[in-house]
Amino acid sequence: MDASKSGNGGAGWDARMIDEIVAGLAHMPGALMPVLQAVIERVGFIPPDAVPAIARALNLSRAEVHGVISFYRDFCTGRPGRKIIRVCRAESCQAMGAVALAGHIQSRLGVGFGQTSADGDFTLEPVYCLGNCACSPAIVVGDDLYGRVTPKRFDEIFFSVTSSRSSR
Amino acid sequence: MTAVVYVPRDSSAVSLGADAVTEAIRTETASRKLDVTIVRNGSRGMFSHEPMVEVAAAAGRIAYGPVAPADVASLFDSNFLDGREHRLRLGVAGEIPWLKSQNRLTFARAGVTDPVSLDDFIAHGGYRGLRRAIELSADAVIAEVTKSGLRGRGGAGFPTGVKWKIALDAPAAPKYVVCNADEGDSGAFSDRMIMEGDPFVLIEGMTIAALAVGATQGYIYLRSEYPHARRALSETIATACSNGYLGANILGSGKSFELEIRLGAGAYVCGEETAMLESIEGRRGMVRFKPPFPALEGLFGKPTVINNVVSFATVPIIIERGAEVFRSWGVGNSRGTMPFQLSGNAKRPGLIEAPMGVRLREIVHDYGGGTASGSPVRAVQVGGPLGAFFSESMMDVELDFESVAARGGVLGHGGIVVFDETVDMARMARYAMEFCAIESCGKCTPCRIGSIRGAEVIDDIINRRRPRENLEVLRDLCDTMKFGSLCALGGLAPLPVLSALKYFPGDFGLAPRDVDFIGADLTISTSGAASTHAIAGR
Repeated sequence: MDASKSGNGGAGWDARMIDEIVAGLAHMPGALMPVLQAVIERVGFIPPDAVPAIARALNLSRAEVHGVISFYRDFCTGRPGRKIIRVCRAESCQAMGAVALAGHIQSRLGVGFGQTSADGDFTLEPVYCLGNCACSPAIVVGDDLYGRVTPKRFDEIFFSVTSSRSSR
Repeated sequence: MTAVVYVPRDSSAVSLGADAVTEAIRTETASRKLDVTIVRNGSRGMFSHEPMVEVAAAAGRIAYGPVAPADVASLFDSNFLDGREHRLRLGVAGEIPWLKSQNRLTFARAGVTDPVSLDDFIAHGGYRGLRRAIELSADAVIAEVTKSGLRGRGGAGFPTGVKWKIALDAPAAPKYVVCNADEGDSGAFSDRMIMEGDPFVLIEGMTIAALAVGATQGYIYLRSEYPHARRALSETIATACSNGYLGANILGSGKSFELEIRLGAGAYVCGEETAMLESIEGRRGMVRFKPPFPALEGLFGKPTVINNVVSFATVPIIIERGAEVFRSWGVGNSRGTMPFQLSGNAKRPGLIEAPMGVRLREIVHDYGGGTASGSPVRAVQVGGPLGAFFSESMMDVELDFESVAARGGVLGHGGIVVFDETVDMARMARYAMEFCAIESCGKCTPCRIGSIRGAEVIDDIINRRRPRENLEVLRDLCDTMKFGSLCALGGLAPLPVLSALKYFPGDFGLAPRDVDFIGADLTISTSGAASTHAIAGR
């Protein structure tokens, strides 16, 4: 999935894609979660306009589908930045300076938690434990997990991510 | 002769650069034209030395760590492939005192084997438990688990064998086996380490459970924050299927068991077993009323055995070696070993499998070496975000279900988070309420409203707004949440708050006598007047 292809707020999905996803998974008992996860995997977010089709195909009400989408943190309904940065805010990471690190990252990106940078490159999200507690504080950038992250190490990671993008 | 080098694929090791180290080793072997096989093993859990590279040498598995990509050339220069001296050399891995002194039963293979190799698993004793289980009757398998004294390692501590017996005796069909791999408690990573470091043992344990209770379908409900575990499990489930360890007619037993991974979506409350079932069924992760208990009416309304990863992963060795071997460890009604997970501001954090009843001091100071920052330990949180904080003066507490409960805490999943002098315990108490508010499923009022009000009231106390009156409100709120909540999220969230108040009143601007209403076991003596304050708000 490369969200950048369709740009921010662009199409990037159509009804047929959603139908295809649902058709492939509808046979599963309790198919809604796998369907929503597959939509995220393909589209990058869950387009609100796709909800009626999902509901119809799974014989659910739109309210039921909306209820599930709104319950889970992973199911975002707007297109996120090209890379999502998740910063652990849980106790073990707090004990190793996660609060200061989160502040540093927010000022580096110029956004708060739950926001996307103006250039659409990064979305900053809180996370409550990545299971990397023995190497606190932990963050995830895109698909990559990092441990023992100091503000300085974050800047190095951030620099390598941004420079690899601009050289592409 | 091909040299074998081990570099962990464990996500924590990767988060410290294990993939880059692997790349550097590949580059170096190519340029030196050496014949080297790289095995991506699990982690042994000694994270102060990760990425820890091992070499199969004549003297045994020689460990080097922590290795950075820049160290790799010098390791080759020093002939580390023969186990030679280097400034990063730690000696024979299994002989390192931090590891050797542990009692590894559940984690015997973690860090030793190639996690996705069935051959390696079997060569190290894997699937012996399942083979024995197939020879025994269902009742005999369950009796063995019951006799071992194994209690749920996910937090609740319910006797595993008893749960299985209820599901076995339930007449309805089909039956399910569900593994709770939604390891959401901060400070917990033992489930992750099993799934990444020895996933076959989880599959083996679930298969034994399925055969014992007569279940034909299994699910692993895995949190989405664990993509490395997902990859390792997917690969090993496919391998187990194609080799007759899963699917139809398992090892010629005539019995079938299918296993599927279902992913969570970032909701902590789905670690509560009934919320997890709701989620698998495709709904909001809202907690169910109990009874009916899942063993009788669980997934899709059918009898369901639910255990956490470490519980299932401990079953094979119990069946293989017999209940007595497991029972011989531990104290009182807490039998066997427990994989404690030390994290936070610890000098030597990691996975420490030790007998139940080990003292907190041994984990925090002997294994952990005190704080990473070098300043004194001020507080330790035991059992996850809903566990109690202990002070440095309580290091003699024994870590087993009963002893921790006697101090008002919970052993939980065995996670232990260390804080140094810089911690503000009032902030930590506030965070506990805030976390509960964020993660509450919203079904019951004490948790949904109580946690938000709790955070507000702690803010008021911290900011000296009528602190005495607001302490009364907090006292009443904690009491209501503890006894009125539907599940452990709201029910235990008061524990970190009450323990922080009890042992660190100064951080709240309070005097010790202000918190006299909190007992040594964190029970609250309530005052009738308090409830009116809670209703009246500020």
